[in-house]
Amino acid sequence: MLFSLMRRLLAAHRMTVLAIICLQLLQTTANLLLPTLNAAIIDDGIVGGNTPLIQRLGGWMAGVAALQVGAAIAAGYLGAVVAMRAGRELREELFAKVQTFSSQEIGAFGAPSLVTRATNDVTQIQSLAVLVFTMLVAAPASFIGGIILAVHQDVALSGIVVAVIPILAGLMVLIVRRLIPLYRQGQELIDRISRVLREQIIGANVIRGFVRQDHEIRRFDAANKDLTKNNLDSALLVAGMNPTIMVVVNLASVAVVWFGGHRIQAGEMRLGALTAFIAYILQILIAIMMAMYVFTTAPRAAACAERIQAVLATGTATGCPSPAAAEYPAGDTAAPAPPPAAAGTALEGTVEFRDVAFAYPGAEAPVLAGITFTAVPGTTTAVIGATGSGKSTLLNLLPRFLDLTGGSISIGGRDIRSLPLASLRGLMALVPQHSYLFSGTLAENLRMGGPAAGDTELWRVLDAAQAGDFVRSLPDGLDAPVSQGGTNFSGGQRQRLCIARALLRPAPVYVFDDSFSALDYGTDYRLRAALEPLLRTATVLVVAERVATIVDAAQILVLEDGRLAAHGTHQELMATSRTYREIAASQLVLAETP
Amino acid sequence: MVGVIAATCGFAALNVAAPKYLGDATDVVVDSVVGGDFDGQKLGRLLLAVALMYLGASLFSWIQGALTATAVQRLSYGLRASVEQKLHRLPSAHFDDQHRGDVLSRATNDVDNVSQALNQLLNQLIMSVLMLSGALAMMIWLSPLLALIALVSVPVSTVVTVLVARKSQAHFSEQWRSTGELHAHLEEFFTGHEVIKAFGRQDAAAATFGASNGRLFRAAARAQYVSGVVQPLMIFVANLNYIAVAVIGALQVAAGNMTIGGIQAFIQFSRLFSQPMGQIGGMLTLMQSCLASAERVFALLDAPEIPADAAAPAAGAAIRLARTPAGRIRFEAATFGYGADIPVVQDLSFSVAPGQTVAIVGHTGAGKTTVVNLLMRFYELDSGRITVDGVDIAELPRDQLRAAFGTVLQDAWLFTGSIRDNIEYGRPGASDADVTAAAQASHVDQFVRALPAGYATTIGNDGDSLSRGQRQLISIARAQLAGRSILILDEATSSVDSRTETQIRQAMATLRQGRTSLVIAHRLSTVRDADLILVMDHGRIVEQGKHLELMAADGVYTALYRDQFAGREQLEAALEPEL
Repeated sequence: MLFSLMRRLLAAHRMTVLAIICLQLLQTTANLLLPTLNAAIIDDGIVGGNTPLIQRLGGWMAGVAALQVGAAIAAGYLGAVVAMRAGRELREELFAKVQTFSSQEIGAFGAPSLVTRATNDVTQIQSLAVLVFTMLVAAPASFIGGIILAVHQDVALSGIVVAVIPILAGLMVLIVRRLIPLYRQGQELIDRISRVLREQIIGANVIRGFVRQDHEIRRFDAANKDLTKNNLDSALLVAGMNPTIMVVVNLASVAVVWFGGHRIQAGEMRLGALTAFIAYILQILIAIMMAMYVFTTAPRAAACAERIQAVLATGTATGCPSPAAAEYPAGDTAAPAPPPAAAGTALEGTVEFRDVAFAYPGAEAPVLAGITFTAVPGTTTAVIGATGSGKSTLLNLLPRFLDLTGGSISIGGRDIRSLPLASLRGLMALVPQHSYLFSGTLAENLRMGGPAAGDTELWRVLDAAQAGDFVRSLPDGLDAPVSQGGTNFSGGQRQRLCIARALLRPAPVYVFDDSFSALDYGTDYRLRAALEPLLRTATVLVVAERVATIVDAAQILVLEDGRLAAHGTHQELMATSRTYREIAASQLVLAETP
Repeated sequence: MVGVIAATCGFAALNVAAPKYLGDATDVVVDSVVGGDFDGQKLGRLLLAVALMYLGASLFSWIQGALTATAVQRLSYGLRASVEQKLHRLPSAHFDDQHRGDVLSRATNDVDNVSQALNQLLNQLIMSVLMLSGALAMMIWLSPLLALIALVSVPVSTVVTVLVARKSQAHFSEQWRSTGELHAHLEEFFTGHEVIKAFGRQDAAAATFGASNGRLFRAAARAQYVSGVVQPLMIFVANLNYIAVAVIGALQVAAGNMTIGGIQAFIQFSRLFSQPMGQIGGMLTLMQSCLASAERVFALLDAPEIPADAAAPAAGAAIRLARTPAGRIRFEAATFGYGADIPVVQDLSFSVAPGQTVAIVGHTGAGKTTVVNLLMRFYELDSGRITVDGVDIAELPRDQLRAAFGTVLQDAWLFTGSIRDNIEYGRPGASDADVTAAAQASHVDQFVRALPAGYATTIGNDGDSLSRGQRQLISIARAQLAGRSILILDEATSSVDSRTETQIRQAMATLRQGRTSLVIAHRLSTVRDADLILVMDHGRIVEQGKHLELMAADGVYTALYRDQFAGREQLEAALEPEL
């Protein structure tokens, strides 16, 4: 998973990666040359008593060192740029992919998790890439180079190196194999700690109310102890790793002097080779340590790669592409589309559902089935039913946030699947169930609905949405700051602002998804009165929980378990539909008093 | 700690001494080449000593590593524990919406960052400093002249590191700033994706995202590149040093001032010397980020706490509340204002007899929730007093006071665990029969039995497997089981489906029986049946009385009633004939 993701990301930067590899090889070679030159100084310079040669070789060494630093810096620069660029591309890819997600797909991951995947997880991959560039090229190069040069210096003595390598490799495999599951488990334990803390912070008043602080402290302590134990286990393993490698390598250098000494004595080897040999063994040791570092960092990045891949594979893997993915192939969000407003006026606003069904992929029972109705311009169609009856799903089919799985839906006589997404959505103004505002100013938020609207226009829709009064009372009025999600406004205020935003958009179809729930009855009543003249020519679709909100609708659809249980005006339904009467009765004072 | 230092000293001493003896061994070999007579025994003795030294050094290094790891893990454990315990001592106001995410981030990300950095820093820093001084001592002993040359690299390396760190610091903070910015954008776009799609704003969103993604890329690449320069530069300085030592050393040998073994040992020392210097340079960024996080953690740990419970009253008479208080509540001119000029609530005075239901009504922001927070001492009064059964609550230990209350809040708080655990939260150790009884009284039993795992069903993150209504019912069952004598109920404004709504209403009614209840009311029935209605406006109680009295007065309540509940009446009228 990690490997294929990295390969795909780096494929676009093949030339740069190649350059990095060359530079790294160059700097490693330079680094390896220094001991060889040093050996020459000892053998030919000192033993031979040749002072000018010593100086000349010293000059050579300086040149090689300069070459090494130049190559290393250049490789570092290119590595940083490529790694960060790959990170940027991965984030872009994730963002484009999520843009094509249906609401259901976003819900399956959860927005916070998607954000973490696009930031934190990508950063992990990025860091690994940097590490790979600096170490995974240099480590094998200096490892192999070290061996080659050692053999070049003295073949017999190299036997020691050859003997040491399997020992080191065995130790490495042993430790890394134990380390990887520990790291994985540690990551899960950190998640658990965060979850407990999150619960404690959010539920602070409940915990205090029930005086359960001691219990919470114990609960956290259990998680804390588990994490500490896991961390300690892996830290001890790492603590044992370096001394083990060191002792093996150091003993090897002792062996080098012992055997080397005898060989020199026997005249089979030159004196300088001994010093060079020890330097090479050090080189090999550093290479192994670098490799270990990469190997211990990789498990975490591998977990991140899996999480990222899960997002990127969504939709395409199920064989049922999400609606927008079909519209914008390969995550290209900038697909050309006619301006929504122009398309909007061209079509009539009659909405027709014909035997519409919807089921989530893989689900046994459909969420909706057999829904047939027609909503004509100038009328309001209301949808009512218990939680889980499919009300919001029904509305989400219209802008193709979800794609129907049976039947057909048309607007102005045209099947919604034949229209480009942007023009389809241009036909409607929507007030979503979750009143979401973006950080910025009030005016910026409203102008999402009508980018060219002037201040007078803004005030007009605010007043209609019953938001004019409280906006006027804000010190900054239309320029009042909005925090992310609109959390600096109350639920009722947010709903009214979202309604105003939708009103700013001239469209033949208006969709209100449970948009009056946070309003008190008086405001609800006045709002509906104010909306009436504005939406006189439009087709209006409303999902509601309260009967009071929809008594005046031209037709009311009563949903029960995804089926159309009844259909008619308030008066008709009160007479004919038991389900509707029950809903109405449950909301009344008569039923309230036990 | 003493163990760590002893083991580190042991390691450093042996690791520094070993090359010296290895050098001596080399000289034995050299002597044989130059002088012709080879002392194999001496070589063997020396090498055996070196091997033992290396073994010892590794042993010490392992002990040092294990001790440090244990110490650091203990430290991190303690840090996490003190942060968590601090949370329970922070005033409730600290957890309002603006602070919540920040507190959470400090308690998790920053603590994690500090403990990870500490683990690396402590291990390496102690080691590096000791290695540095040990190697230096040996070098001076071997050849003061060469040591002087090696020492030149210290100021050079320091200057390089400081210069680079100063430059990279700016890029690093820019990187973290852009990460935060990108995080915020993504969170907005992913959460508000329906709106973006509905209004056809994907391109604008993509452009905003692209711009901040680009900024992050540039900052991250620069930070990485600039800080990455330290290592090669350090190696370069070390290599120059190596060359100088080799050349000058060779000349010294040629002049007969040093042995070849001495040179070889010296070269090894100069490596031992420059390696930790490079490491210290590399640790700089780690240190910078660790310090930034530590600052945030300590700021949290130093945040002002809830004032301690009042000491036992001077009179010595133990002021305490009965285990099950009768539930008489009195507010006397209670005023509170977060220490601001304009109080949030002002001059609240009312009294409640045991068993009565009080409905608090008013527009959003009128101060309804503050009344409850003052009663439970989540906030402390600025002036005035509140009594429960005649006892001033300010003189009671908070936990004793709160043990008198059962609460059901708007956003039902459930934690990860089984449904049973969540209900039992109100009375730890309750029997299964009691739990089931409470669940039955709260309409929880029915839907729980329908779940495959019943009461053992685990509630996942944020209780996603349950509907909002079901969560609310579970929190009612929790209060039911707790069996406290005073109830605080915050009725939910958001709508749930009618069946659940009816169940919640019934469950709440059952819960209120025989208890003093304070209800932040949104339901018509609650208001109408309340023994006392407190009408709040701008932090004051503007009217109080029963429904009919207040309606007769035709004041603020009448207007509010018309505004909030009249729609219901109108509907009621419209429906009445049919029912």
